[in-house]
Order: sequence, then structure tokens, then C-alpha cells
Amino acid sequence: MKKFSILLAATALVSVMATAASAKTLVYCSEASPEGFDPGLYTGGQTFDAASRTVYSRLVEFKHGGTEIEPGLAESWTVSEDGKEYTFKLRKGVKFQTTDFFTPTRDLNADDVIFSFERQLKADNPWNKYVEGAAWEYAAGMGFPELIKSVEKVDDLTVKFVLNRPEAPFIANLGMDFASIMSKEYADKLAADGKMAQLNQMPLGTGPFTFVAYQPDAVIRYKAHPDYFGGKQKIDDLVFAITTDAAVRVQKLKAGECHVAPYPNAADVPDLKKDENLTVLEGPGLNVSYLAYNTTQAPFDKAEVRRALNQAVNKQAIVDAVFQGAGQVAKNPIPPTMWSYNDAVQDDTYDPEAAKKALEAAGVKDLKMKIWAMPVSRPYMLNARRAAELMQADLAKVGVTAEIVSYEWAEYLKLSKDKARDGAVILGWTGDNGDPDNFLDTLLGCDAVGGNNRAQWCNEEFNKLVKDAKVTSDQAERTKLYQEAQVIFKREAPWMTINHSVVSIPVSKKVTGFQNDPLGIHRFDGVDIAE
Amino acid sequence: MLRFLLGRLAILIPTFLGVSLIAFSFIRMLPGDPVMLMSGERVMSEERHAAIMHDLGLDRPMPVQYLNYLTDVLSGDLGTSIVTKRPVLGEFLSLFPATLELSLCAIILAVVLGVPAGVFAAVKRGTWFDQSIMGVALVGYSMPIFWWGLLLIIFFSGYLQWTPVSGRISLMYFFPPVTGFMLIDSLLSGQPGAFRSAFSYLILPTIVLGTIPLAVIARQTRSAMLEVLGEDYVRTARSKGLSPLRVVGVHALRNALIPVITTIGLQVGVLLAGAILTETIFSWPGIGKWMVDAVFKRDYAVVQGGLLLIAGVIMLVNLAVDITYGFINPRIRH
Repeated sequence: MKKFSILLAATALVSVMATAASAKTLVYCSEASPEGFDPGLYTGGQTFDAASRTVYSRLVEFKHGGTEIEPGLAESWTVSEDGKEYTFKLRKGVKFQTTDFFTPTRDLNADDVIFSFERQLKADNPWNKYVEGAAWEYAAGMGFPELIKSVEKVDDLTVKFVLNRPEAPFIANLGMDFASIMSKEYADKLAADGKMAQLNQMPLGTGPFTFVAYQPDAVIRYKAHPDYFGGKQKIDDLVFAITTDAAVRVQKLKAGECHVAPYPNAADVPDLKKDENLTVLEGPGLNVSYLAYNTTQAPFDKAEVRRALNQAVNKQAIVDAVFQGAGQVAKNPIPPTMWSYNDAVQDDTYDPEAAKKALEAAGVKDLKMKIWAMPVSRPYMLNARRAAELMQADLAKVGVTAEIVSYEWAEYLKLSKDKARDGAVILGWTGDNGDPDNFLDTLLGCDAVGGNNRAQWCNEEFNKLVKDAKVTSDQAERTKLYQEAQVIFKREAPWMTINHSVVSIPVSKKVTGFQNDPLGIHRFDGVDIAE
Repeated sequence: MLRFLLGRLAILIPTFLGVSLIAFSFIRMLPGDPVMLMSGERVMSEERHAAIMHDLGLDRPMPVQYLNYLTDVLSGDLGTSIVTKRPVLGEFLSLFPATLELSLCAIILAVVLGVPAGVFAAVKRGTWFDQSIMGVALVGYSMPIFWWGLLLIIFFSGYLQWTPVSGRISLMYFFPPVTGFMLIDSLLSGQPGAFRSAFSYLILPTIVLGTIPLAVIARQTRSAMLEVLGEDYVRTARSKGLSPLRVVGVHALRNALIPVITTIGLQVGVLLAGAILTETIFSWPGIGKWMVDAVFKRDYAVVQGGLLLIAGVIMLVNLAVDITYGFINPRIRH
């Protein structure tokens, strides 16, 4: 008997060692701690990487490496004639993750979908305020509480969304992180146990990875979800090693302590490219940086003045200096990777002489203006102060005196919204859902004046086009409308479009299948690592 | 002794009030509010902004907010983080052991190296040994922590590959925290190699955080020793024929230790300040980084609660230092 138990122990030990040796672990040096694990509550990209793209799935998903929508938990959907009813057919037999803290007894059904949305939409839902200060920021930002009339169960595997008005970007919005589908069964259990806050600490969903543990500010651990509806992942363990300093992330990557490290310093990229153990994935970011004139104030209320100023600035020089070449001069307000991008639009060519003449013709002499430079570095604009200085020098050559002003970030965001603001503002935008509406109407529509529309620009013609496109469900038709809107934008020049930045992610050569996603998310489904 | 303790504890109350008031008002003096920063480039409507501020209780008059806050604190509730929506005390308690472990290691390093270095420099006063020790101390004292940390990482972790870059323990070890001290937890876990790994991760951050206290302690020890070595009783001890080691080690050092211990006590504040940068460089999950993030995000609850707790820790250390004087020098017994 004793011999037998020794043998048993030895076998057990060998099998443990065998799994240890064969377990494939991928380490991701993430840039910040997740704010929490309920993606509906937060807006930070690091939270989405850690919570929603690993643990959860959505009704529809963005194509890996793209912005197109493909089926997720919903295998198909139909839109009613009037564009107000969306009916989703759910995939059958989708399993939730089994964890130490909860064992699901049923597969995904319509109740889970209804729960996931209603908690964000209805103030009287018991989960609406389950943590102090829950504001459901993204759902509100995308207008869901006003947009969605009801979410209804047709049968166990069919859900219907009824909208108050037709809204073409709706499907794309459902691919966003806040629209992740939670387990109602798990939530009910937590509510019954009086532990509701746990939903935000120990997530459980249908995604490719099962949450294992989080050591705050240090490490998040996941393992592959064996019953994931998209198939079990090739890596067994996924680890997020939270490393906030960009220079340290690079050192960790070089030392082999992690395999993927996002957001390197622009200055480190050339060196990383030379490293034979690394590949630097470069992709266009879904973003734009711009200088927004205040189009309500003279002489910036004249399109010819704005165009003349645009001609006076050498944008390529800004891209070279600020992005060290890792960017592309912008001519349209939407990035070139986005559908409906109008490549036929001609950018204002850099021509100081012509600019000078145009200003004279418009009767503008000795113009003095303010340029607002953001105090922080963002992916779309790494160094606004430097960009502003280059603009200042270029404008001086055409007789325009520019003064650079800046404020603390929160103050900057607030003051720049003001309709009576003095000066042109450097700012930018990163797309949420890959839909042109998310740029063109959100940033330039009439109802965004005094808000996201920093140019305070309301052009009837432009506004009609983007509003029509919003309620048209035919994509070819929408494309036409948006392309026309870009022509008007260029003619009226409410902004100087500056740059679309290139996003670089250094990755170990051992890793295969990792993609640089234009939406700025970091996904590990479909990723493998060589031993 | 009891009277002394009670007296000291009585001083804590106004100090506590002062700290809470400063923490409360300073963070609110910064422009912007947490709700606005939460939404970033995405503009939030005025009504919505107002509604969320109301939910958080941030729309009430300042004195009311402060009184509410004080009442909560006195009943043991430090509030909930606006950003993570988790209780402030819980976050502090889960992160503080990491800071404490690193700070203790740094101060031990500083004392173990700094005191002997200062003593030797004092004994060998004016020699090349004295001058080089004090020269190095001056450089150490002026070292910019961030640069120093990166330099050590690039050289020892990147180039020589002797130490890991950042973190607390190799990711292959995974066990639930018991004490929160990685050195102890790794031993308790019983996993082979875990302690060794945790130790190797501590080396560089300890050196970086310990550098400035080490320099300060070495300089302070030297000057205190020089003063004491000139005293009559040291001359007497020498003339009695005691061995130089005994004169220096017992008669002189013991008396020189009082200012040195004061300095060590004062270094606690320096350590916590240094921990902010050290923790950022080495991805060390402690309270320094936590506080800085909170300031940037205007997480009022965390800044207020965190400052109060840190002030509490510093006050306790100072109290402990005062008590220690009595043990070292019977003349200051209370």
C-alpha cells in the first residue's frame, strides 16, 4: 500500500511537471492597472484590454486587426424596414467560464443580454448603482439611454432591441467594450449573497480567457477558457505584468520578461527595430490630430482665411519632428483606414507665398492669434507644444503673430469647449467603433458646438449629410454621403488637419498571431507562442 | 513614560486635523474635477456632469463636504475611490505591505552601510578614505532617483542580465498573499526557488531607494562621531587604556547615535517620497504610485485617505524614534 502511494505521488509529480513544462505562457507588459473588471463602468483602454477583450465577448465583434463588424455571440441579426428594430439570433451552447468562485449551470441565453444592457440603461435596475459613483460613461457617451427604447426577449436565443430612432452606427456600437455580455446567473448569485461589488473584481464571461487572479498594480492572470465558443486558445496561460514606465517596458521586453509591450517611446522605436529578437508591428492608428479654429470669431469665420492659414503651415515638418516620421499628414478628418475615406480630396499644399496673398486678398493684415497647445501627450499628438512652435514659426513667415498658450489638462478640455474661446486649439480623437459617424458627426456636427465641436462650426450642408448618413442603413449610400461631407469639410476648413499617427507595438519573435488593432485594443485570442 | 505617551498622542489630534484639512483642500485647488477627467476628450453634457457630481456628493458646499468627510473618517470610513470604486482603506492595506517591505530593506541597507562608513570616515578623518566616502555620499545624496533607477536597470538587468528588470517575483511563482511581504510569503509558499526569486527582484529597487538615506546617514554619523570623539569622556576612556575599538564602538558611537536615529526617523518621509519614483520605475505595486495616479485623476477620496494614512505612519515612526532615545541614552528617559 505504501509503495503504491509513493508510486502515485511520483506519478502525480511527473504529471505536474509535465504540465508545467508544456504550459504555454504569454506575458503582456500592460501600460496601466485596470480601473476595474466591469467594462461598462470605465473608459480606459487598459481596462478594456484586461477585462472585456479577455474575459468577455459581445453580440458582434470587430474583425481582428480591422474595424469591420463580424458575428460574435449573435450568429446573425436582422434590421426592420424602418431601421428601429434589431433582432439578434444568439449562438447556441455558448459556455460561461467555470472558475474557483462560480460554476455556471446553464449556457448563454437572452436573459444575459438583457441584463448586460438594462443595468446600464435603467436607473431602477438594482445593478445600476451597484458600485458608488457608477455612471456607465460609455453607454451614456454613445447616447444609449435615449436611443434604446427596450431590450426584449423573443425566445431563449433571440433578443430584440427597439430603438427610438433609426441609428446606423448602432451595430458598430455593440462591438464596443461597454457592450460586453455578462452572466446573469452569476450576477444573481452575487446579489443573493450580498456581494454585488464582486462583479467588478472577479469577472466571469464567455470570452477566450478565464480570469484567475489580480494582484493590484502588479499582475493579472488568466488561463485559456477550455469551452470557448471560438475554440480553446493555443496559449494556456496569459499574464499581464503591469509596467507603467515606457522605458522599463522596453527593457523587460528585451530581457525576455514579457512578449508584447505596447506604447514604446517614439525615440526607442528605431532601436527596437534593430533588435533581432523583436518584431515591431506598425499600423495606422484610428485617430486624427487637428488645429480647430474658432469659426465664430473674425477673421476666422471666413473660410478663405482658414484655408490660407492651413497653406502657411508645413505639416510634414510637424510629423517629422513630433512623430519622428511615425505618422502621416492628415487631409481628411477621418483616418485613411476607415471606410468612406475620400482619397480624391486634395490637401491644401504648403505654400507660404500663396498663403500671404490669400490673406491680403481677404483683407487680413498683421493678424495676431493664439494657438492652444495641449499639456499632455496623447497617441494622436505626442508633443503639442513642439507642434505649436513649428506652426508659430511658419505663421510668422506669412506675417501672422501666433502666441502659444496652454492650461492644465482638465482645464484645457473645459475652456476649449467655450464658444467665445480666443484662439485655435490643438486636439485630437481616437475612434471608438470604426464608424465615420464617430468622427464626422461627433466632432463636427451642429449639435456638438459648445462641446466636442471645438471649431464651433455649424455648416448646414455638412450637417445634413452626416445626419442623413446616420439614419441610412445602406452602407454604400452612407459612404457616398460621408465622402461628400469630406469635400465640404475641406472647402470650409474648420480645422487644420494635422496628422494620423502610426502605432508601434514591439513583439517578441516567438509570438505569432498578434495583431496591431487599429481600434487601439490589444487582443490575445488567436495568439500563439513558440516554446 | 505614560504621561509622555499621552502627551504625544494628544499632539496627534491637531496634527491629524491639519493633515486632513490640507489634503482635503489642496487636491480641490487643482483645476478640473474627477468627473471631467474621466470623460477625457469626449465631452460630457453639463447636466450629466452635474448629476454625477451630485451622486458623488461633490456639489455640496466645501465646509459641508469637509465635515461629512471628517465624520466618515472618525467612524472609520475613508471613502471609496472615485476611479476604481473600491474602498480606499482596502486598497491602501493591499498595497502598503509592498511599500513597507521595500522601505524597510532600503533603510536597513542604508543603516548597515551608512553607519560604519560614517564611523570609519570620522576615525580616519582627513585621509583619502574619509574624503572618498564623503565624496561618494555627496554624489549619492544628489542622485536623481528616476535616472539612477533606469541606469541600474539598463546596466545590471539589460546588459549584464544579473537581476530582473521589474516586478516583485518571477511570474512563474503564483501564491496568494498571506502577509503581503513577498520575502515572507515566498518562504511560506514552500515553492522551491521562490524566496531566491523574490530576493533578486528586491535588489535594485532597494539600492535605488536606499541611496539617498545611505548618503545622509553616512554624513550624519560622521559629523556626530567627530563631535563625540572630541569629548572629555572619550579622552578619559582612551587614557584608561581601553582598546581603540572599544572606545569608538561603545563610548563614542553610542552617544553619537542620538542624532543619527533622529536622521533615520526623518528619512521615513524621504523614503515615502522616493518610493513614488522607485515604485514607478520598478513596477512595484505600492502606495507611492497609487497616490500619484490618484492626484492625476483627481481621485479626491484616495488622495485624502492616502495622505491621512501616510501621515499616520510617519507620526507613529516619529513616536517610536522618541521612545528609542530613552533606550540609547538613559539621560533622556521620560
